[in-house]
Amino acid sequence: MIKLQTPITKEKLSVLKAGDLVYISGTIYTARDAAHKRLSEMLDRNETLPLDLKDACIYYVGPTPTPKGKIFGSAGPTTSLRMDMYTPRMYELGMSVSIGKGYRSQEVVDSIKSNQAAYMVAIGGAGALLGQCVKSAQLVAFEELGAEAIQKLEVVDFPATIAIDKEGNNLYE
Amino acid sequence: MREVSVHILRDKIKELVQEVNFYYPRDIDKKIKEAAINETSKIGKETLELLIKNSEIAAREKIPICQDTGMVIVFLTIGQEVHFTDGLLTDAINEGVALGYEEGYLRKSIVEEPVFDRINTKNNTPCIIYTSIVAGTEVELEIGTKGFGSENMSTITMLKPAQGVNGVKEAVIAAIKKAGPNACPPMVVGVGLGGTFDYAAVLAKKATLRSCESSNADPRYAQLENELLVLANELNIGPQGLKGDTSVLKINVEYFPTHIAGMPCAVNISCHVTRHAKVVL
Ligand code: SF4
Repeated sequence: MIKLQTPITKEKLSVLKAGDLVYISGTIYTARDAAHKRLSEMLDRNETLPLDLKDACIYYVGPTPTPKGKIFGSAGPTTSLRMDMYTPRMYELGMSVSIGKGYRSQEVVDSIKSNQAAYMVAIGGAGALLGQCVKSAQLVAFEELGAEAIQKLEVVDFPATIAIDKEGNNLYE
Repeated sequence: MREVSVHILRDKIKELVQEVNFYYPRDIDKKIKEAAINETSKIGKETLELLIKNSEIAAREKIPICQDTGMVIVFLTIGQEVHFTDGLLTDAINEGVALGYEEGYLRKSIVEEPVFDRINTKNNTPCIIYTSIVAGTEVELEIGTKGFGSENMSTITMLKPAQGVNGVKEAVIAAIKKAGPNACPPMVVGVGLGGTFDYAAVLAKKATLRSCESSNADPRYAQLENELLVLANELNIGPQGLKGDTSVLKINVEYFPTHIAGMPCAVNISCHVTRHAKVVL
């Protein structure tokens, strides 16, 4: 069992390859379509982002609302390719890992290679199980986006499989 | 004439949208468990076992199996001797959806307009409603809540009659292949054949909601369902797209008479979280 503690530095990634199942503990951030659009607009306007992307791990997820008395809702990955147009810029700015489900574009694969980063996939549709790995959640930005707001999550043993590694090896091929 | 209060419908919908999000329907549960036993790929087997564990957590904690709690689709079959009372039917259905999504802490995923501002309606309405009128005094309610990771991979092809059954097979398999990991395999696939451009899609949707333990009543179409399933599982997509024998749990085909010049073929891709329920009021 490979355990990964955040921040997931490029050094920690250097020994991992496509197909490895890892268990992530530490801080990860949620962001999906609308949040990526906002972040990219902020960058266009030269504004400071609400989160530090250096060695950051971004999880493409729009969780269900947290029920009363619970820590978090259902939180499985969403389809990554909808984020593809924003992703190379995020890797350039230091993001080391993105987590979602499904294929990525060639531009994203190239960016992963040139930045020695990684793309991981979590089990699509296993929202209940993945949501249980979340031990605390805190709103970071864009509250008005509801399920699409950026949240900072503390996770323990969050299971993810490396789908594209720093060499560009692609599990789906 | 039988009077039916729309409040009954509202309350039933409120209950069902929650139930289908917390519990796998019986047919899916059975198919996944069978697949977990038969899957020969190690990672595939592990993934299926995690999906079973996921559904157990969802049921125990009463949280959704999947965070994309979907857009609600309602098929209503109404006996023409029925008279609805206590308000407008459409409003009552949407009210039931809104109440259920709020009460069950389900995700509200509907935007009020598709292209420009995409503002969330914040109560998961409106839903899609299809009605058909039949003889009698019964009201049958069938609902699904459709996630869009898989919905986005669906296709419609206006096949030529001369392409025959092979044309159908090619179109269906091409859609499944393209969907791959994006549709959270193992998938459930609904195929609608015939009708018109639009009606083929409705049939495909209806096919996704039909039990995975059923077959088309016409033996030729039942055989097509079986043949398609074999072909689909030869694609080696596997659970979560990480290769394996279990790519598709079931393919249901529905058909309707069509025009002499056409053979519409709609493929509605759905996932292992194919939430469906049917009740007679
Ligand atoms: S495709 Fe299905 S299982 Fe996957 S995220 Fe969407 S609703 Fe959930």
